[in-house]
Amino acid sequence: MASKTFDAGVQDYQLTYWTPDYTPLDTDLLACFKVVPQDGVPREEAAAAVAAESSTGTWTTVWTDLLTDMEFYKGRCYRIEDVPGDKNAFYAFIAYPLDLFEEGSVVNVLTSLVGNVFGFKAVRSLRLEDLRFPIAYIKTCGGPPAGIQVERDKLNKYGRPMLGCTIKPKLGLSAKNYGRAVYECLRGGLDLTKDDENINSQPFQRWQNRFEFVADAVDKAAEETGERKGHYLNVTAGTVEEMMKRAEFAKELGQPIIMHDFLTAGFTANTTLANWCRDNGMLLHIHRAMHAVIDRNPNHGIHFRVLAKCLRLSGGDHLHTGTVVGKLEGDRASTLGFVDQLREAFVPEDRSRGVFFDQDWGSMPGVMAVASGGIHVWHMPALVNIFGDDSVLQFGGGTQGHPGGNAAGAAANRVALEACVKARNEGRDLEREGGDILRDAARNSKELAVALETWKEIKFEFDTVDKLDVS
Amino acid sequence: MSILQTDDYRTEYTLETFSFLPELTADEIYDQIVYIINQGWTPSLEHENPAKASAHYWGMWKLPMFGTRDPNEVLAELDACRQAYPNHLIRLVGYDNYTQCQGHSFVVYRPRGM
Repeated sequence: MASKTFDAGVQDYQLTYWTPDYTPLDTDLLACFKVVPQDGVPREEAAAAVAAESSTGTWTTVWTDLLTDMEFYKGRCYRIEDVPGDKNAFYAFIAYPLDLFEEGSVVNVLTSLVGNVFGFKAVRSLRLEDLRFPIAYIKTCGGPPAGIQVERDKLNKYGRPMLGCTIKPKLGLSAKNYGRAVYECLRGGLDLTKDDENINSQPFQRWQNRFEFVADAVDKAAEETGERKGHYLNVTAGTVEEMMKRAEFAKELGQPIIMHDFLTAGFTANTTLANWCRDNGMLLHIHRAMHAVIDRNPNHGIHFRVLAKCLRLSGGDHLHTGTVVGKLEGDRASTLGFVDQLREAFVPEDRSRGVFFDQDWGSMPGVMAVASGGIHVWHMPALVNIFGDDSVLQFGGGTQGHPGGNAAGAAANRVALEACVKARNEGRDLEREGGDILRDAARNSKELAVALETWKEIKFEFDTVDKLDVS
Repeated sequence: MSILQTDDYRTEYTLETFSFLPELTADEIYDQIVYIINQGWTPSLEHENPAKASAHYWGMWKLPMFGTRDPNEVLAELDACRQAYPNHLIRLVGYDNYTQCQGHSFVVYRPRGM
């Protein structure tokens, strides 16, 4: 712009980056941050600073700003809202033009949006609450290698949630003993078993050995039961080369599904692996170690709904979401909010679920929600009701802690699951009649009767730390 | 030994959804057909020789029952299928044309001895 002149020095962010009259474009990437400014910093200035530092701005004016059209590239704070129940914090809504981001790279999006700005002095704390990805951007991302529908077709699982289990003890078993635990779970009626996220390739159990013994267990259980079975072979490794080597070997063994930890390994590795899975017909289970470091503090960090959206774009067929009812943190409405983001084609704004924007996913395949952690057979009616069919319910201790062992524990869970699904289909209210449904089913299953007796007293009732902001 | 100790667990040849429940009665099958129809799905029957049960594709009994709202019509077809293939497994499928997936699928008939 020829009319502008270079005026060195520091100017208020809000002069450039606070634009309350702006109407966001359909192609803009929208973000909602929860901001707690430092004392004495006005809301507009703090919000504009966040918009600036997460897009084109820096702390002082530079002459090279005048070589481009900053009006076209800048992020804009277009709305400020109170946070219900917290007078120190406010929501800043920021619109970023599409051209700020490399196509198909959630890495690039996150590097901008949750980069330096989170250490910025003008804000005391900052949390990325939600993102609206424009459909134009979503179309540049690969997404889930298979998606819910393709996974069901491959695994021949219809009309019900799938049943899984993490093999325990999570560390220390030899490969052959570990394969035994897998075989027992699968022959007893589970669909899928899982490597614990801590299992990579330790001295007590190298990955090749684990993969071979587990493949034997999966194949034999499938043949004997007439059902399709799988085990999430964890290919998470110290380097991408090593990760790919493990993935290739899983395919060579004819196994249907592998597993990856997307946060500790990083989005670049995850997207590479997802693309490989798509090309090679492999399903990809995603674990979320480290998420609570990022998402648990209600005032600082990134809400899990954002991480879940990023994972759907980066690629994964399953993602852990918490259980709502088990041993790990998870508010029900909020969990359902991001479960929708994983599975649905369109999710409308709904503040009661922590959804700040309409989100159109276009034709991107869906991700199965995985409920895992401290759940047992008494939770089954609630889990079926909360998560519905497009989920994997994983009972680790709740399978292997059965007095009759893994196979009996698996059978108990399978009977309970099928009894709940059948009852739901008959129009019964699972959360009200759940106890009766389970006790009735136990009359035809000794394994279920024993499981009901074993876990009858266990509850996990602590208050949720990260609650939705409601007045 | 604990009184909770269970017996030896025998591996069952189970064939997916609802295989761990006692054989469904005619009334219970009726309820599942009603569920399929009420979801807006299309009921369909498939049958196969038990030796080939692990294949993705089973033989299709006629065409899926597009547009039917009458569970008894589905039960009548099930009966006809059973008479035509008494030694085959039969499963009831609910086709969901929105997700392009099967919303429901379970074995409704097993030949004697299975």
